[in-house]
Amino acid sequence: MRIHLTSVFVDNQAKAEHFYTEILGFVKKHDVPLGEEARWLTVVSPEEPDGTELLLEPAGHPAVKPYRDALVQDGIPLAQFAVDDVKAEYERLRGLGVHFTQEPLEMGPVTTAVFDDTCGNLIQIATKPQ
Amino acid sequence: MARKVRTHGQASEDTWTGKWRVAYAGGVADDLFKALADPTRRTILDELTEKSGQTLFEICSRLSMKHRLGISRQGVSQHLAVLEAAGLVQTRREGRYKYHDLNTAPLRQITERWPVPDPSGPEKSTP
Repeated sequence: MRIHLTSVFVDNQAKAEHFYTEILGFVKKHDVPLGEEARWLTVVSPEEPDGTELLLEPAGHPAVKPYRDALVQDGIPLAQFAVDDVKAEYERLRGLGVHFTQEPLEMGPVTTAVFDDTCGNLIQIATKPQ
Repeated sequence: MARKVRTHGQASEDTWTGKWRVAYAGGVADDLFKALADPTRRTILDELTEKSGQTLFEICSRLSMKHRLGISRQGVSQHLAVLEAAGLVQTRREGRYKYHDLNTAPLRQITERWPVPDPSGPEKSTP
């Protein structure tokens, strides 16, 4: 068994596509219309084009809002991405106007930071433990 | 009739304020000492001293990763509630996020109650 795809709910797929590709730097992998306004929209890391896909899934279900609001209020991220240098990535993203709810924090072997993806979620970036 | 009502209202307000003052003087100190009595809560204050304005998630991360404290998020929330009751932590809503700020002002009650001598005092009085 492999983890082939995981997903985050997004308020708006067009806005999410912009944020996840233009700001974060992921690459669009699939974009298939699903009727109405929904799309099967996935992105991958340019460093791993055949790696795990991230599905940017419409947040239409009524359970999504209270679930995400409660997590965001407490600062809890819904997904985590690995970066080589959290501080450098923090500076880069902040320069692009990204809002962080947690600045880079060194905790033993791991450094993390948490930002708002503008689509309703908090995302954590972390260095891979050596 | 109207005058009587007003007088009554004023009297009850004074009584209420008086009671409140008494309760405040005793209650706050008890809450403060209770809050400071727990090592985990003191660690939370240490971390907020390092950086004020943290989400619950960041406080939990610091306790588990930096201090190796195996404590649930619910447990941390309860500690924060005790610190908040003592006035040592204040919460602030900023858009969709909630941050916890450090407020050391209540600690002043301790030195007001048991004054600390001026450090320059003993030196001057030494012959």
